[in-house]
Amino acid sequence: MRNLASDIFGIPADKITAESSPATIENWDSMQHLNLVLAIEEKFEVQLEPEDIEQMKSIGAVAATVEKLRSSAH
Amino acid sequence: MSDSTSNPVPAEHDPLTLRAQVDELIARGAFDLASRRLAQLWRRDPAQGTASFVIARFEEIRDKLALTKLKLAILRSFTVEPIVPLLRAEAFSYGIDLEVHVGDFNTYVQEILDSQSSLYRFAPNLVVLAVRADQAAPELYRDFADLSPEAALQAAERVVKSYEQWIGAFRKQSQAALIVHSLERPSTPSLGVLDSQSEAGQSGLILRINRELLRIAAEFHGVYTLDYDALLARHGSEHWHDERKWLIARLPIAAGHLLSMACEWMRFIVPLSGSLSGRTVKVLVVDLDNTLWGGVIGEDGMAGIKVGPEYPGAAFQALHRALLDLSRKGILLAVCSKNNLDDAMEALDKHPGMLVRARHFAALRINWTDKVQNLREIAEELNVGIDALAFLDDNPFEREQVRAALPDVTVIDLPKNPLEYAAAVRNCAAFERLSLSAEDQQRTEMYAAQKQRDGAEQNFQSKEDFFRFLEQEAELGPVSNVTLARIAQLTQKTNQFNLTTRRYTEAQIAEMAKQPDWQIFSIKVRDRFGDHGLVGVAIAHDQGDQCEVDTFLLSCRVIGRTIETALLAHIAESAAHRGCQRLAGWFLPTRKNAPARDFYQQHGFECQETNATGSLWTLDLKSSKLRCPDWIKLKVATEITEGEKH
Repeated sequence: MRNLASDIFGIPADKITAESSPATIENWDSMQHLNLVLAIEEKFEVQLEPEDIEQMKSIGAVAATVEKLRSSAH
Repeated sequence: MSDSTSNPVPAEHDPLTLRAQVDELIARGAFDLASRRLAQLWRRDPAQGTASFVIARFEEIRDKLALTKLKLAILRSFTVEPIVPLLRAEAFSYGIDLEVHVGDFNTYVQEILDSQSSLYRFAPNLVVLAVRADQAAPELYRDFADLSPEAALQAAERVVKSYEQWIGAFRKQSQAALIVHSLERPSTPSLGVLDSQSEAGQSGLILRINRELLRIAAEFHGVYTLDYDALLARHGSEHWHDERKWLIARLPIAAGHLLSMACEWMRFIVPLSGSLSGRTVKVLVVDLDNTLWGGVIGEDGMAGIKVGPEYPGAAFQALHRALLDLSRKGILLAVCSKNNLDDAMEALDKHPGMLVRARHFAALRINWTDKVQNLREIAEELNVGIDALAFLDDNPFEREQVRAALPDVTVIDLPKNPLEYAAAVRNCAAFERLSLSAEDQQRTEMYAAQKQRDGAEQNFQSKEDFFRFLEQEAELGPVSNVTLARIAQLTQKTNQFNLTTRRYTEAQIAEMAKQPDWQIFSIKVRDRFGDHGLVGVAIAHDQGDQCEVDTFLLSCRVIGRTIETALLAHIAESAAHRGCQRLAGWFLPTRKNAPARDFYQQHGFECQETNATGSLWTLDLKSSKLRCPDWIKLKVATEITEGEKH
């Protein structure tokens, strides 16, 4: 997840923590948010609900959402 | 020798290793190699995250690479932003530095109509008009059941009229190529199966609009249709759409198909880029064992190799059909195989399951020499640059060797399963063409005649005897609708005998042909062995009492047969006839046009000036002794431009 966020936001993976959010990552605007969602759906083969997309306001929240979807898929 | 399982893919293909290599190569300043690794990474893992990485690194090094720069504007009624990085990464892997301007949401009409809009300020080479059907034709899409048959038909006609207006307005402002998305049919028509019982149903009317779009596109130069309805059918409309993303982000295309959209645009971008850079794939070189047939001819023999109408041979026949379709588009085929010549030729000529035969190949290299050397020889024999070759081989080891030694060759990643071979060839953007000339369709036959000609030449004592024996007939003609595409194509593709290497689109040539001070000449050549078709173009521009040769080029097929002298003599004669005193022309050297370097000097021109870009030569028309050689029968056709194109 950190590597994916590192690619999308163009910052090194070691600068990304669970607390990283649109407030701390300059590049994290609505368009990059959409790109992140698409990258997640592509990579983890999940489908995010509009509510999930709304709530993903930090890398930790993103990771938790992905984890939830993947475990319910199996 | 073509056993793909015995050659595991090298470890360096792992995406993480490749990323580390790219950063290390950039840090060392090895930009070309870094760019090759980036392309490799992209091919290996063409995902959204990879695209961001590729674009970020590419931005760092793009100024140091020799890429074709291209500006694309996307006019749209839906969110396309997430497609842009995928598209730029894909373009980069084709050697194209693509700059993309995305128009504001749903402002395409204003952008097209307003000559001051950001669209025209961006000065694109190429514009995509991507409008969703439910926005282009809302009445037909949403409230169809409310409409009377007459009202529905009128609504369809209004849509056609608006497209006609937009395209016409666009062409007045810009010479850029325009790609128009056609409209998708509704997947669930309002009236269910009843809809498909009539031409006037929802689907029928959308199809009618699409047919009209084809007609409109054909009326303009450089306007093309992207069959969006067929694209959806190919990928499956229900898989293509993502209703959630449409509702929350106005993105109608599912994450898994954003790349498909980018690749579909690439099928237009690659040939357009080729027309600007002169870098077009002209030859597909194929391997034999496990590529053109299943099995190894040297081991399995005629009875053992698999090729024919039944599975598994059918997969190879499907590939043959794809190859023959390429050859009908003017792409030459060649063979490069490690084999005993006799074994391979027997299979090529006599195997009942083969649809492609030895005569379909313009060059054959069947030996045990390494493929890199063979590819170089094929390029030389066919008189094309090494970058005009594409390479099809089932063996990943051979592919990597060719990639490493000849980075300019387009190497096709053949899937492991032969059932997917034909699609891999058909989907390769490098083979796309946006127009076809008569020459393209007969190219394979022309190369066969060339072989006879080369054989004949060796029997003559002097060049002059050979020229007389050839009985060349040349026909000079102006630009017409029949020749326009070929004339533009020659300016775009000719690299060797080309004095100024100026590339022109069809729209630009058509515009020039309208100006009284510009003269465009084209020359067709025939000889005792066959028809060469339209092989030469010259463009001259009158400037007072001097006529300047803007463009002078000849296809490599006829270089050195004095056709160039005939064409130049005609330009001089016609300039003198229009009252010019002098004929002037630049020679602008490139990496490839050395064959044209001494052209003006050999024809009695004097050098006036030399600078960093090239040298300027002039000929005094009064004292000139330039004449058409007496062994060429020269005809001047004076047909006028027929039909009206905008």
